[in-house]
Amino acid sequence: MEFFEPNAFTYLMVSVIMFALGTVGVMIRRNAIVVFMCIELMLNAVNLALVTFSNMYDDDAGMLFVFFVMCVAAAEAVVGLAIIISLFRNKLDVDINQMNIFKW
Amino acid sequence: MNYSFAEWAGILCILLPLAGAALIGLTGLFNEAFRRKEKLIGAIATAAVAIPFLSLLVTFLQYEGGIKATLFSWMTSGTLEVNFTYHLDELSLLMGMIVTGVGALIHIYSIGYMHGDKGFYKFFAYLNLFIFSMNNLILGDNMVVMFLGWEGVGVCSYLLIGFWYEDMAKSVAAQKAFVANRIGDFAMLIAMFLIFTHVGNLNFDSVTAGDYSSNTSYWIALLIFIAATGKSAQIPLFVWLPDAMAGPTPVSALIHAATMVTSGIYLIARMAPIFEMAPGVLMIIGVVAALTAIVAALIAIAQNDIKKVLAYSTVSQLGFMFMALSAGAYTAAIFHVMTHAFFKACLFLGSGSVIHGMEHMHTVEDPQDIRTMGGLRKYMPSTAKTFWISTLAIAGIPLFAGFFSKDEILSSVFFKGSEEAIYYLVWGIGAFTALLTAFYMTRLSYLTFEGKERFPDTKTPHESPSLMTIPLWILAALAVVGGFVGLPYVINHGEAHLLNHWLKEATIETGIFGTEATPGMEWFLIALSSVIAILGVLFARNFYRKHALQGDTLIANRLGGFYEAMKGKFYFDELYQVILIKPFEWLSERFVRRFDEGVIDGAVNGSASIMTLAGDWMRKLQTGIISHYSLLVSLGVVLMLAYLIFG
Repeated sequence: MEFFEPNAFTYLMVSVIMFALGTVGVMIRRNAIVVFMCIELMLNAVNLALVTFSNMYDDDAGMLFVFFVMCVAAAEAVVGLAIIISLFRNKLDVDINQMNIFKW
Repeated sequence: MNYSFAEWAGILCILLPLAGAALIGLTGLFNEAFRRKEKLIGAIATAAVAIPFLSLLVTFLQYEGGIKATLFSWMTSGTLEVNFTYHLDELSLLMGMIVTGVGALIHIYSIGYMHGDKGFYKFFAYLNLFIFSMNNLILGDNMVVMFLGWEGVGVCSYLLIGFWYEDMAKSVAAQKAFVANRIGDFAMLIAMFLIFTHVGNLNFDSVTAGDYSSNTSYWIALLIFIAATGKSAQIPLFVWLPDAMAGPTPVSALIHAATMVTSGIYLIARMAPIFEMAPGVLMIIGVVAALTAIVAALIAIAQNDIKKVLAYSTVSQLGFMFMALSAGAYTAAIFHVMTHAFFKACLFLGSGSVIHGMEHMHTVEDPQDIRTMGGLRKYMPSTAKTFWISTLAIAGIPLFAGFFSKDEILSSVFFKGSEEAIYYLVWGIGAFTALLTAFYMTRLSYLTFEGKERFPDTKTPHESPSLMTIPLWILAALAVVGGFVGLPYVINHGEAHLLNHWLKEATIETGIFGTEATPGMEWFLIALSSVIAILGVLFARNFYRKHALQGDTLIANRLGGFYEAMKGKFYFDELYQVILIKPFEWLSERFVRRFDEGVIDGAVNGSASIMTLAGDWMRKLQTGIISHYSLLVSLGVVLMLAYLIFG
């Protein structure tokens, strides 16, 4: 694989693309589970960036942050899925635009 | 904490009545069955007052010098340090014994008097709370604790005047008392602020030792006197006391005759050094006191309600006490506080016994109207005898308690006249008031207990239970012998005046001792007051024996319009209505209400409607569509990043 030597720049580009995809997904998708997955995507994009920078600057702090983010993401997945399930039980639907009963 | 016995006595005076009030009040509030246990409630309440009295008595007998007991610190701020400290010195010990002693007797009496009342437990809770407040007032070592008691007795007085609050007139009387007292309390607060700016703390020791300019001491003394006119019912704030008779009779005896109304006298005696620096204020006190004494005595002559007569006589006697203060005869004032507590409590309790008896016949319309009484001595022998004894005491018949104290007051005022001529005028008014006192008190007793029976003879009144007559006899006995602790100065150069020996450390006595009083003059004054008292009593007795109720008509015919004015209480209430209340209402209606409704309500309502309008517009942003929120969040993040990078 001579023609493609991955370097820090390419890793970061991948991270940026993943983050942008995640952001757009959160903004335009209506299915709560997809929105949720897009959030995970954004978190992992950040993780990738952190690991890359950690490698670039030879600083372990970045990796440590990644562990934190993963922990939080795991906790968030538990709570978030539980919320989605209980919403589904109420509305038989996971369309986020239906969840607007607190609106004025 | 190791307190000595005397310190424990002071602490018990505070804590026991408070505990009694809390116990009776709270248990009664939550436990219906407890409310009917009258004997138990009465016993607890009486013990909560009697035990402090006994401990004070023991302290008095073993007295070795003033002590102070600190419970705990109340507040500390800068130089201001206020502790719950109570002091037992000669003055506060004597006052405390009067309050708890007379208080305990009245508690016992009330068990009989309030029997069957549905607010029985409440009554005793309030009474104990009153004793707690009064002990704070007397024993407090700094003005703040004193003020706590000062306000507390006002609240208790309000609660007890309006005890039968279903009756509108009684509720109104309670409010009137509270408002009149508050006016005085306001002056008291200003005086305290003034003292604090000059001394830096409010402990009585520092306050009385303070170095004031003559101007400052003048204002402090004047403000404290104004406060005293509220609590101790002097012109111009005395109007609440006669109305306060709406409360149950034991309350009138305890609060509105024997104890609370004397707190103004106590306070001035306590702060005597400041008053000595302000002779101008002392003269004002003298004139106001003399006017109060004579005005109240004149009104009392023309009243037919047994309690109203006693109420005005209390105002008049308080006038005598203030006369003594104005002459610098602090011992005489406290002496009269003491003797007055004995005989006036006895009179009020006696009137309660009479009302009790009249009420139980159910045949007279107004059980307090002396026109429907007469001849009661046959039916209520104990009440009649004790009432007559106290009448002779208040009239100043020689060897009864009132004679010694009243004579001492008049003599002090007379000899003060050699320094300031105006005191001769005060003395003259005082002597004439003494004559009126003898007259109207004899009128009251005679019309109540002697002569023909004027109530319907279908039923007869009966004597009150012994629970009520025993306190009457004790108080009557004190009204006889109570004066011998203060034999006149002319006897053995004041060595025989035990009370003065006791008090001269605590009060600075400048009355009779400081002047060149000749024994001849003193004997003459003693003889004069005896003659005045005896004449007044004999004249009234013969007059009303001959004419009975027609006597009043005869006086009315002789005096004409002046008698009408006396009957109408010199129109003080009407005067206040015209010069204070009406203009106040007019001003409120015309200006304050406009301002309140227009400007203040306008501002409040206006800001509220601005908020509503803004909210109506702003809430459109909340679409409820999550994509919009996430878009806005993303935009926000982008903007913040842009600011961080390019800003």
